[in-house]
Amino acid sequence: MNFLNTAATFVNAAIIQGIPLLYGATGEIITEKSGNLNLGIPGIMYVGGISGIIGAYLYEHSVETPAAFWCIVIPFFASLLGSALMALIYSFLTITLRANQNVTGLALTTFGIGVGNFFGGSLLSFFNESGSIAVITTGGYYKTKLPFADSLGLFGETFLSFGFLAYLAVIIAIVASWYLNHTRTGLNLRAVGENPATADAAGINVIRHKYLSTVIGGMIAGLGGLYFVMDYTCGAWTNNGFGDRGWLAIAIVIFALWRPRSAILSSFIFGGLYIICVYIPGLSSAAKELIKMLPYFVTIVVLVVTSLRKKREYQPPASLGLSYFREER
Amino acid sequence: MSKQKAVKEPFIHITKKRNDMIWWKAWLIRGAAVLLALIVCAFIIVLLTGYNPIEVYKKMIEGSFATKRKVWALLQGIAMLLCISLAVTPAFKMKFWNLGAQGQVLVGALACAACMFYFKSTLPSGLLIVVMLFAAIVAGMVWALIPAFFKAHWNTNESLFTLMMNYIAIQLVSFAVASWVTSGSGVLGLLNADTNCGWLPAVFEQKYFINVATVALLTVIMYVYLKYTKHGYEIAVVGGSENTARYIGINVKSVILRTLAFSGAMCGLAGFLLVSGTHHTVTETLEGGMGFTAIMVSWLAKFNPIVMVLTSFLIVFLQRGSSEIATAFRLNESVADILTGVILFFIIGCEFFIRYEVHFRKKHKEGEE
Repeated sequence: MNFLNTAATFVNAAIIQGIPLLYGATGEIITEKSGNLNLGIPGIMYVGGISGIIGAYLYEHSVETPAAFWCIVIPFFASLLGSALMALIYSFLTITLRANQNVTGLALTTFGIGVGNFFGGSLLSFFNESGSIAVITTGGYYKTKLPFADSLGLFGETFLSFGFLAYLAVIIAIVASWYLNHTRTGLNLRAVGENPATADAAGINVIRHKYLSTVIGGMIAGLGGLYFVMDYTCGAWTNNGFGDRGWLAIAIVIFALWRPRSAILSSFIFGGLYIICVYIPGLSSAAKELIKMLPYFVTIVVLVVTSLRKKREYQPPASLGLSYFREER
Repeated sequence: MSKQKAVKEPFIHITKKRNDMIWWKAWLIRGAAVLLALIVCAFIIVLLTGYNPIEVYKKMIEGSFATKRKVWALLQGIAMLLCISLAVTPAFKMKFWNLGAQGQVLVGALACAACMFYFKSTLPSGLLIVVMLFAAIVAGMVWALIPAFFKAHWNTNESLFTLMMNYIAIQLVSFAVASWVTSGSGVLGLLNADTNCGWLPAVFEQKYFINVATVALLTVIMYVYLKYTKHGYEIAVVGGSENTARYIGINVKSVILRTLAFSGAMCGLAGFLLVSGTHHTVTETLEGGMGFTAIMVSWLAKFNPIVMVLTSFLIVFLQRGSSEIATAFRLNESVADILTGVILFFIIGCEFFIRYEVHFRKKHKEGEE
């Protein structure tokens, strides 16, 4: 029984760790399906988190007793807005101005992490307060569990004890999977990512698809940042607290072979690998550091194996990383 | 005729420039972009702080040039960033997206620190430095060759592969530090602080002189290597078109492996300079994000080593200046990243106006054409 309890705690923790990764991975998959390799996702996730916090902070301080509804809605849309703006910067530079995607993405990450840490660290000083920013009330609302979760015993504690953003992540991933595989626009989007010139000739608006999928992908990824700051850390911001999770999300895209539905389980696996060292008893601190290598190592193995097998459906979108210029042959 | 007229002519029409732009015109555009970026940054500063932006820029310049020590610190910063930028350049010229400079620098630094840790009492300082240099170069080379090998043989996506290698390197460093440090602090601290064994000596009373001089020499070597040697030519051809390279009898695989070995070795060397010449210790954050910044430095300079001196100066100056204003005006350090990001966006964006021409739709009069 004791083992079962530990296992349940581990699975629960793995899912909690996996949710921000799932948001990031789903967002990046949708982006990459249009042929844009957005390495700015880590930065976008920081901005998604801090925009939510700023929204919550401004709301909490403008009214006497914050209402639950607005506490949820305002940060949610603030986060979407922030990450959409970030994705727009990337889209404008790479799609309209046809800049190099790798360089733009890395610059966006630098910028985004800077924005996150800057406002996280010094927003309070603008209002002549000190300390680090924390919006506990809003965090509390975001953490609200399903009302019947506790009555379902171990199962409820393990799988149903999350805030609503966790379920939303899974829903978005499933919807994204359905959209990419079973709708006409999804098919068009994949065509744009595989061969934009052909898609263009077939009458698909390449530019619009690229813009839309990059911005929507960015917004989804930004929600990962929001989940992290509101649910995981209960509305408190610590500089660089989000860590390298953004890059891990990009790794999951490869691990899931560009399929949002596989990304769900992959994210939970990676979430588990991220914290497994805490759950293995009797590890020295040095050995723990070695165990933390696992998610990255696994990604490399997947990358190598898929390139060895050369199966068509396991490959990244063919035009990934290239900008499209209609008049170029 | 009238049917053709019915087709809507787009308002903006973009075409590729037929001829390359004259170099001074291109640099004029880039200069204008930097200027515009600085103006936007000034707006951001005013918006955030309410201070006079000219005062803030003055403070930035003071932060880099006020004292001799600050100038040397600036030079050292430029040297390290430039060294890594030079290292990633041949690979990029070949269109091999090596995002793993961070990892390659770190393993170099780690190998170096390991030598300092294990041989401190067995080897004299001079010999130890040679061993450290060798170990760092080999480590960096191996770290770059692993993804290069898979890229060359099975076309494995190199940007994602090298990205993951970074984190493995970070964990390796954490592992080494955790196993070397037995006390509770978990921080390695200065290695061989008592004997200075394995520390690069100060020349002309300047601690960083060797670092700066080495990188200056490397810049020239890299310039010559890329521009005037057969290797440099092969890199350019492979970067232009792999099929062309194969057609004229270049062994693409061996060019990829050779170039990445060189690239990784230089990253390892940067790791050596960071440990032996600068920090005398190793931490996970030793390279401080320079691996990614180097990619931008190299790309902004259009892979020209001499121009890279300028671009790395710009970036380092901005970062040092921003952290200076951060402390002076009680802002958060991260303002540096924001300003760097804004300036990069502008420089990245301005390339469009160098490569493409924009035509606006002209009003046609009736009966014309």
